[in-house]
Amino acid sequence: MTIGLPPYAKILRVSVEAEDGAPPVLLMPFADDVLGRPGFLHGGAISGLLEMAAIAALQHALEAEGGADARIKPVNVTVDFMRGGRDKPTRATGVVTRLGNRVANVEATAWQDEREKPIAAARMNYLIVRD
Amino acid sequence: MAGFDPQWFATRGFGGHGAALGMRYHAHGDDWAELALPYDERLIGDPASGVIASGPIITMMDMATSLAIWIKRNAFVPHATLDLRVDYLRPATPGKTVIGRGECYRITRSIAFVRGQAHDGDPADPLAHVAGTFMVVGDVAGMGLNRRTEA
Repeated sequence: MTIGLPPYAKILRVSVEAEDGAPPVLLMPFADDVLGRPGFLHGGAISGLLEMAAIAALQHALEAEGGADARIKPVNVTVDFMRGGRDKPTRATGVVTRLGNRVANVEATAWQDEREKPIAAARMNYLIVRD
Repeated sequence: MAGFDPQWFATRGFGGHGAALGMRYHAHGDDWAELALPYDERLIGDPASGVIASGPIITMMDMATSLAIWIKRNAFVPHATLDLRVDYLRPATPGKTVIGRGECYRITRSIAFVRGQAHDGDPADPLAHVAGTFMVVGDVAGMGLNRRTEA
């Protein structure tokens, strides 16, 4: 399968790093365009990456159950920031904790050096619109 | 304390991610700030509808609420976002500028509590609602004395 990334992904320079049967891992390099205070990632850029990872995981889950043409509408997101994002690549991936008929609950985590030491994590609720 | 002027801050340019999104200063009061995010095809999250992604809206609300804290403290001092929750009430209208208003309604010794809304022309018809907290560092004792009153 191929995850489609929106135009906004280009500003963050996000690419799909791995998607071998598992929810995709997204990669965001460190760059001026995602900078907040000097030397650190902007929290908004981290949030954008987390949301894209969550949607990618959801697309992956929908495709696995044959519902790839369902539309995904974001209801809300809560982002927790654990560590500052430093001058190095950031990775993020999502986990669909429940995919129902109308609602999906998704969690996403972003990390730099070690996956066990996340820089930020998010919980999202999505409406699923099936035709 | 050197004080904090959000207009001066904004005219210097937001730099980094804010500049990459095309974010601009819009207005401020003594505990709030408004930023503007003009519509730009580079921000699109859903190519089928042309609706911008939610990420740029989070970035703007993070920045607007940050500015509100610096205005309330009247100092440009570091703080770190602890958490931010965004409810997406409706999609932003393609082609319209999104205005994000952040308010700092309470500061303790360690935490700044913020809230805000985003709209695309009519404040009574918001497209997003935000609530969050920031860890504040440094001295907030002088905050009340230095508080700005002009709009």
